[in-house]
Amino acid sequence: MLDLRVLEPCSLQSSLAACADSQVLGTAPPTFKLPAVADLDGFQKAAVQMVKPAKGTTTLAFVFKHGVIVAADSRASMGNYISSQTVKKILEINRYLLGTMAGGAADCQFWQRNLGTRCRLHELANKRRISVAGASKLLANTLYSYRGMGLSMGTMIAGWDESGPGLYYVDSEGGRVEGKRFSVGSGSTYAYGVLDTGFRFDMTVDEAVELARRAIYHATFRDGASGGVASVYYVGPQGFKKMSGDDVGELHYKYYPVPEATVEAEMEDVTTS
Amino acid sequence: MARYDRAITVFSPDGHLFQVEYALEAVRKGNAAVGVRGIDTIVLGVEKKSTAKLQDARTVRKILKLDDHVSLAFAGLTADARVLVNRARVECQSHRLTVEDPVTVEYITRFIAGLQQKYTQSGGVRPFGISTLIVGFDPYTKAPSLYQTDPSGTFSAWKANATGRNSNSVREFLEKNYTETSGIETVKLAVRALLEVVESGGKNIEIAVQTFDEGLRLLDEAEVEEIVAGIEAEKAAAEAAKKGPPRDS
Repeated sequence: MLDLRVLEPCSLQSSLAACADSQVLGTAPPTFKLPAVADLDGFQKAAVQMVKPAKGTTTLAFVFKHGVIVAADSRASMGNYISSQTVKKILEINRYLLGTMAGGAADCQFWQRNLGTRCRLHELANKRRISVAGASKLLANTLYSYRGMGLSMGTMIAGWDESGPGLYYVDSEGGRVEGKRFSVGSGSTYAYGVLDTGFRFDMTVDEAVELARRAIYHATFRDGASGGVASVYYVGPQGFKKMSGDDVGELHYKYYPVPEATVEAEMEDVTTS
Repeated sequence: MARYDRAITVFSPDGHLFQVEYALEAVRKGNAAVGVRGIDTIVLGVEKKSTAKLQDARTVRKILKLDDHVSLAFAGLTADARVLVNRARVECQSHRLTVEDPVTVEYITRFIAGLQQKYTQSGGVRPFGISTLIVGFDPYTKAPSLYQTDPSGTFSAWKANATGRNSNSVREFLEKNYTETSGIETVKLAVRALLEVVESGGKNIEIAVQTFDEGLRLLDEAEVEEIVAGIEAEKAAAEAAKKGPPRDS
């Protein structure tokens, strides 16, 4: 005989039902249906964990003399399974605003697309572009209103506006921080190692691009959840430009070429002594 | 015709919204207000009703600050202005909070005008009985702006404008005499325009000057008296010059 007690509404609900009259009158506090489980806290934690994919990725962005560099890998992983090596993790919000993706791919794609829409509406209403601070604030406010509901995003908003280059880190906990150098994702620590060591504010654009490329490569080398293609974008006064997209496997052999092995003599050529 | 007054969501057969037109009448009865935009200075002037002896003049303000860089003068129902200005002040701060930028003059004008329009298309409410003159500087380009809104919810930008009592005469004067001015010249132009319809004297005029660096500054009575006196002297000198040197009989 199946134990169907679990399907009955819990006692809290039935006592609330008794107050139905006051609900009709509008004097009762608002109520909502709770899941019919014994351990509600545990259930909620498990639900959030299930929806919240690990932020398996490496993205980075930094401000330097000539603008902002944004770089990312392109691997998507579900646990030990590499589901894709060709994910676009740098999202073009508009011609002068870029966003990076870390965490839930769907969350990042949808909300950054939504951000693009709102930025455009701002432009149309106010006859001027939105600032990087404003755009990141719109996103952060949106994410804050969904706090605790399982969104998973660790994104950087980078761009160029009237006050120069701008870089903000925004996450699904509702946090928003302004900064000059960020790296986000499971490979971020490895990327920081290379990035922080090699950074100089007055680098040329090419030097900055190479630094970003090397940092991403290094993260993909050490972190299993990062890999695929290292993309590097540059954002300057004219807007963004994709500078390079290199397969990290090829980058490895470029940075660490295999020395020519001494050719061993074929057996036939060996003269019998 | 009287039937179309009651619910203002109703048009009259010949396309009028009578409540809006009646609101404009209320504005026309209000104290005169003038705004003049200069190159780097914007001036707001209002006709000051003589305050009762026991009344604290500071609490009867018709030129109000919306934010550090935007100010407003109005003509019409003072209480309606208070409510509208409070909503606008909240919107200025809300804008700063959500996009980390001060409002542009155009944005807050659009907001106020939108609010005034909403009350012409809702049930059970009457329009705001005020026309406003909104002035300020763009926080980035530093360009000065002057906008006017009215009870119907329309707004437009002006180089100089007047509203309230006898606004037509003041506007005529401004049309004849407006030039691009700066600093004290802009103030003098505004005062001269207001003096067309207001009794002369610092007691009857309130002037506020808005600059990019200093924000809004209300001139005190002594300063206004000085400017008025200066203008009177110029007028007298102009009259004398017109009459020419005394002719020999």
